[in-house]
This record gives sequence, C-alpha cells and structure tokens, in this order.
Amino acid sequence: MKKLLLSTALAALMAVPAFAQSDEPKLGGNMIVTYKDDVATLDPAIGYDWQNWSMIKSVFDGLMDYEPGTTVLRPGLAESHTLSDDGLTYTFNLRQGVKFHNGRAMTADDVVYSLNRVVNPATQSPGQGFFSMIEGFDAAAAGEADGLSGVTAPDANTVVIKLSRPDATFLHIMALNFSFVVPKEVVEAEGADFGKKPVGTGAFKLTEWSLGQRLTFEKNPDYWISGVPYLDSFTVEVGQEPIVALLRAQNGEVDIPGDGIPPAKFVEVMNDPEQAALVVEGGQLHTGYVTMNVTAAPFDKVEVRRAVNMAINKDRIVQVINGRAVPATQPLPPTMPGYTKDYAGYAYDPEAAKKLLADAGYADGFETELFVMNTDPNPRIAQAIQQDLKAIGIDAAIKSLAQANVIEAGGAGTAPMIWSGGMAWIADFPDPANFYGPILGCGGAVEGGWNWAKYCNEDLDAKAAEADSIVDPAKGDERLKMWSDIYMAVMEDAPWAPVFNEQRFTMKSARLGGDDALFVDPVSIPVNYDYVFIKE
Amino acid sequence: MPAYILRRLIQSALILLGVSFITFVLLYILPADPVRQIAGRSATAETVASIRSQLGLDKPFIVQYGTYLWNLLGGDLGRSYLQKTEVGALLVSRLPATLLLMVAAIFCELAIGLTLGMIAALYRGRPLDNVLMLGSFVSVSAPQFVVALLLLYVFAVKLGWFPIGGYGTFAHLVLPALTLGILGSGWYSRIMRSSMLDVLRADFIRTARAKGLNRTRVILAHALPNAILPIIAMVGIDIGMFMSGIVVVESVFGWPGIGQLAWQAIQRVDIPIIMGVTLVSAFAIVLGNLLADLIAPLIDPRIRLR
Repeated sequence: MKKLLLSTALAALMAVPAFAQSDEPKLGGNMIVTYKDDVATLDPAIGYDWQNWSMIKSVFDGLMDYEPGTTVLRPGLAESHTLSDDGLTYTFNLRQGVKFHNGRAMTADDVVYSLNRVVNPATQSPGQGFFSMIEGFDAAAAGEADGLSGVTAPDANTVVIKLSRPDATFLHIMALNFSFVVPKEVVEAEGADFGKKPVGTGAFKLTEWSLGQRLTFEKNPDYWISGVPYLDSFTVEVGQEPIVALLRAQNGEVDIPGDGIPPAKFVEVMNDPEQAALVVEGGQLHTGYVTMNVTAAPFDKVEVRRAVNMAINKDRIVQVINGRAVPATQPLPPTMPGYTKDYAGYAYDPEAAKKLLADAGYADGFETELFVMNTDPNPRIAQAIQQDLKAIGIDAAIKSLAQANVIEAGGAGTAPMIWSGGMAWIADFPDPANFYGPILGCGGAVEGGWNWAKYCNEDLDAKAAEADSIVDPAKGDERLKMWSDIYMAVMEDAPWAPVFNEQRFTMKSARLGGDDALFVDPVSIPVNYDYVFIKE
Repeated sequence: MPAYILRRLIQSALILLGVSFITFVLLYILPADPVRQIAGRSATAETVASIRSQLGLDKPFIVQYGTYLWNLLGGDLGRSYLQKTEVGALLVSRLPATLLLMVAAIFCELAIGLTLGMIAALYRGRPLDNVLMLGSFVSVSAPQFVVALLLLYVFAVKLGWFPIGGYGTFAHLVLPALTLGILGSGWYSRIMRSSMLDVLRADFIRTARAKGLNRTRVILAHALPNAILPIIAMVGIDIGMFMSGIVVVESVFGWPGIGQLAWQAIQRVDIPIIMGVTLVSAFAIVLGNLLADLIAPLIDPRIRLR
C-alpha cells in the first residue's frame, strides 16, 4: 500500500514540469534557503563541500561554465578558446567589460594569479591536485617555483595554458570552483579572511555574513550575463535542524530546506499530494558502494569479492531508504557519460555466492568488519548488508563511527569493508575520469588515500591515462567507450560492491519558479541560484 | 577574604590548565586526521605533508601543546581548520546568544522549580506532593531533543504563538528557555522540597508561629529565605550541566550559540573550535562555582570563607 501511495505521489510529481515551465521568469524578490551547519568559507580555492559549492558558483566565475541544469560545458569568462594541434596548448579569449564586485575590470592577469594561487601550497587548497596536467605543476605545487610556468597572459584579454600531457578533462577543470577568478589586491588585503569577504565577478555579491546566523547575497547589477540573476537577493539561514527547516517550509517561511527532506519525514511528505507536488526529483552523480580491502585475506581472493557482490540485495536496501535511490550495477552512475547501459551487474544470488565462497576455501564463511559512518540512514543500510552477508556465512561486525574516523581507517587500510554512504563519492565534475583516479586508481591506493579497497591495477591505470589523452572532441565517443571498458574490467576484479545511485529530492516553495532542472542541477546543489525566480 | 579569592583564582587557573591539557591529549590521539580533511580527497601525499607542516602538526605533542598555550596567553585561540575563521571571532559572535539563553533558562528553572518544590513541601505526603515529585522525575529524565521538538510542534507549529526557531526577538527566546527550564526544574523542586521541609521543622519556625504570625508570613518571610540557601550553590554547578542541554536545544531551535558551534565542530573534527568551546565552558563552570561560593556568605552570615 505504501508503495502504491508513493508511486501515486511520484506520478503527481511528474505532472509538475509542464506546469512549471510555462512560467515566464520574473525579476525581483528574495529567496530563503536553510542549512543545519554553518557555511565554511566562500573562498573558491578552499571551499569544498556541496553547501558552499553552489554559493561560490554564484559569487565567482571561471573560464568555463555549465548550461544551467545540465552537465554541458559552455563558455564562461572566456568567450572562446582554441586548442593547438598537439592537444597541449589552450588559448582562451576573455570577455570584455567583466568587472569584479569592487568595480575593477577583470583581466588575464587575474586568471593567471588565481590559478597560481590555488596550486601554491601556502593556500592549502583541497583542489590543488586537479591541476596536475598543467605544465610546471610539480614545481609550483612543491613551492619551488613562483607559479605555474604553463600559465601566461600575453595580453590583457588572452590566457594561454600549456599542458604537460593532453587531458580530455581539462575544460571541466576550468569550470571547477577551484579555477574561479579572484582579484589579487582583495585576496592580499584580506588574507585568510577572504573566504568571509569574497569578491568575485558573479551574479550575486555577499553583503552580509552574521556568523552562525545568516548570509545575504544581493544581485550584481553589472553582471556580465544580461538579464540574470532574476532574484534581487537570496538569504542562507544556518543553524537549523532539517526537521525544523521542513516545518518552516511547510509553514511558508522557507523556500528551500537545503539539507533536504529528513529521512524520517520522507514518506509522510511524499504521501501528501500537495507537498509531493513541491518536490523535484532528479539524478545525481553519486554512487554508494561497499569497498573490500584487496590487500588482505579474505578479500584478496576475487571469488570472495564477487560473492559479496552477489550476496547484497540492492532492491531491499533501496527500500530501506524509502526508494530514494536506484540499484547500482557499476561504479559510474547512470547520469554520467561512459555509463555502460547494457551491463546488468552481479545478480542477487545467495546460492551462487555461497558456492563461490566454497571455491575460495571459505565454505564455512569467515568473520570480518564493516565500517560505516554513524549518521542515519547509513547504520540501517549497514545492518541490511550485514544480514545479507550473514545469509552466505560471512559474519560482519558493524563499526559505526564518526565520518572522520571512517575516512581515517579507510586511508590507513585497516578497514576490511567500508560502506561509503555519507562520505564518498559525488563527482566533482561530470566526466567518467573523476570516478577513477582517487578511488580506484593506484594513486589513491596509498596510505591516507581515498582508494579504500587499496585496489591497484596498473594495466587499467595505463588505459585510463590513454583515455584521458584523447582530447579531440570528434573522438569523444571512442574515449567514453574506453572508460566503459575500464569500469567493466573493474567489475571483473570486484574491489567494490556498488549498491545504489542516490536520487535527489529538492523541496521548494510554491512561489519559486524556474525549470525543474534548476532544482536538481547536477553541478549546483541544492539549486542554481542565478536562474530561479519568484513567481508572484 | 582577599587571600581566599586569590587562592581560589589560582585553583581555577590550574583547573583550566588541566582541562586544556586533557582535551588536547584526547584530540591528539583521536583516530581522525584533520589534515586529510583540509587536504581533500584528491590530495597527494606531498600536499598533505605540506599542510601538516604549515599547521605545525608534524611537531611533537609537547611542542604543539606549548605553542597552543603560548598563543592562548596572547589571547589567540587559533584559526578554525575548516571554516578558516579566528576561533575567537566565532566564539565572540555566539557567546551573547548563549548567555542570554542561559540567563533566561535559569530564570525559568528557578521560577518553576522553586514554586513547585515549595508547594510539594507544604503538601507533604498528600497526592499533590506525589504528583509534583513524579513530574520532577519525568522532567529530569526526559530526552531534551524530544521535549524541544514537542514544544516546538505544539506552541509554534500548531498554535502559532511563537516563531518556529530562529533568533532576534523575545518571542524567539521563550520556547528554548522554557525547554531548558522545564528540563532543569526537576532538580530544583526536589532540593527545594527537602530544604523547605528541614526548615519547617526548625525551632525558629515554631517560635514564629508561637508569636502568632500567620502562615503565609511565616512561609514567605522566615522559611523561604532559609530554604533557598542550598539552591545558590546549585545554580553554580548547574551552569556546567547546562552545556550539554544547550547543545541540543540550540540545535533544535536554531539558536546561534556556542552549543551549536560545538556540535558542528565535533562532527567535523575541527580541533581549534573544539578546544575553544571546551575552554569557554570550563571557564563558565569554574566562574559559576566561584561566584556561588562568594555569594553564599552574603546571604547566610554563618558561612565563613577560609
């Protein structure tokens, strides 16, 4: 019955887009978004969580950008760009007349400064590693050189970036927050406080930040894209429990509860047609998986890892979280380019799993540990996995710890199994390469790395490098096929058991307008602030 | 008296030093590396090492602790690892809210607890006494989160008398203060009841009655001031107990105080903030106890400070 009600609610929800899209954008108004946690920093070189990510996107811009609500690249501060025949030199032509919020014109030197800054070890940027394809990276990252030798500004409107190897992901990197352009004089004047007093070229400027209470962003009247943003301002209120935020949203005081609908309230909301009509569902570049440490018994045997893949009843786990996900078959989520559509993954088959275990010499099963982050719903998911494993004779003790402790155990390689929920992995940018290097490649399989399975297949690493060296857009499909093959090979080795791909459910107030895609924008969570509007 | 205060101040300083040392040790041995959190998931080993050295986290424990204390003496509580803001600024921005809530909550606690305790004592052994004492037991053992949400649901969502969470006006203060007040009042009503019963049995009350004073006068003018004495010491201790309640209540009501700050920092292992909040709480407890001890002799001249 519950399922029926839920599907009815979802059907009601599907009916919304045609209705919503018929609205013409209106100018003006203020929107309120709430969060439980404080906003950490709005410094684009440092901010690295989903909460500040989209605010930073509204305050700053990069050379490249994405079409709102999609993963399609479009020009940003660079009006156009060209690539040399060897695939190593990008020349970006900057837009004329772009101004920072302090009124100064943005120039090519600012781009050079911003890229050098993010790579400089003194900045302590978590995004430093993304720029490793740029010439001179090693010296700059080690603090031995004064900036990146590969980044130059021949004139005020041109930036030339030379790479040390061809890299198909480079333009995505230029659309990443870490590449956003900052004004040197303000950064130097504010020092470590720049993240609290950001100045960028974006659609909104920060006008108020009451620590622990709220942030107010006001429309930048000189924004270089004419006509946007539609809103006069938006306010981010912090320190509000998700359940209280939902009550306020139901009361019409809040436009978007930023932390989403609390798990305990999800079914109730979706069963109420009036409320369900305000929820937008969309895909998300996320996969939840179980890692198995391949460097130690019993998970050093591929049969054991495949057995675990076959033992987990993914459909039931999706039920445990009220259907807020779809079962996963492979590391990549379905919305990611390179996803292998016709691959069914390991079928749920406890009998076959038992046989595989017996073949590996574990006919009587074994004892192991499953690490999990201690916030709902992760412990409940771990319990479901524990029961499934028990059915084939694997006795997994659950270690439910704070996020930082699980990450530490995963990095140190002391966790035989980890349920990734709540920690990893949502893509930084929409390219299949982003699901490989740090979490499946040899580079991440080191002490402290995020490859918690410690899986290292050098052949696949070589193939990954080869795929990323294909920069010709005409050969894009060939590249995606290579990535698809790589992930299929990973599934053969089975260092992970992919479990589900989370769906996003954004609740919005009835007065908010804009295409539904904006509310489940794959690169702006919870919403693309620049393009939504107030209908009244 | 000055010698007594000086001795207590030295004691207090030593307690704070001890608290800072224990907290520092606990955070040092915690199996979670703050540098990994700062460095992010794509960081190379070199990046991690570079950040570790910039923050001085590669130094021996005693050097790190010494540096922290030295900076602390200069009023520098450090900079948050993840928010990149001065811990001092974060605390200063949140302290007024917590102090306001604390004062209002203690007022509610006393008003509710003392009244109920006094009534229970006067009706000792009768059904009303039993009901009140049962109520006090329920209030001290009720989960803060549940009570807070219940009050919020009834008085803010259903009745609409108060705003649903937030900060700024008197109306915002009522529900969080009342939650803490109701939860803490149980202790006060129990202490007040037994204290009042002791006093009512005392000789001077019998004398007052014998002199022909009416019942109300005896209770308000003679019994109450004497019964209230143990409560003063309790308020001092209560400030310490408050900290745990404040973390939950501030989170539910979106009250921007240091309890909420602490909770966020603990979840993200932001060590400088955790240290700062712990020291501020310890300071509040030490100060509360000191004030309670200093005020007691002003009310009861029989108490002498040595």
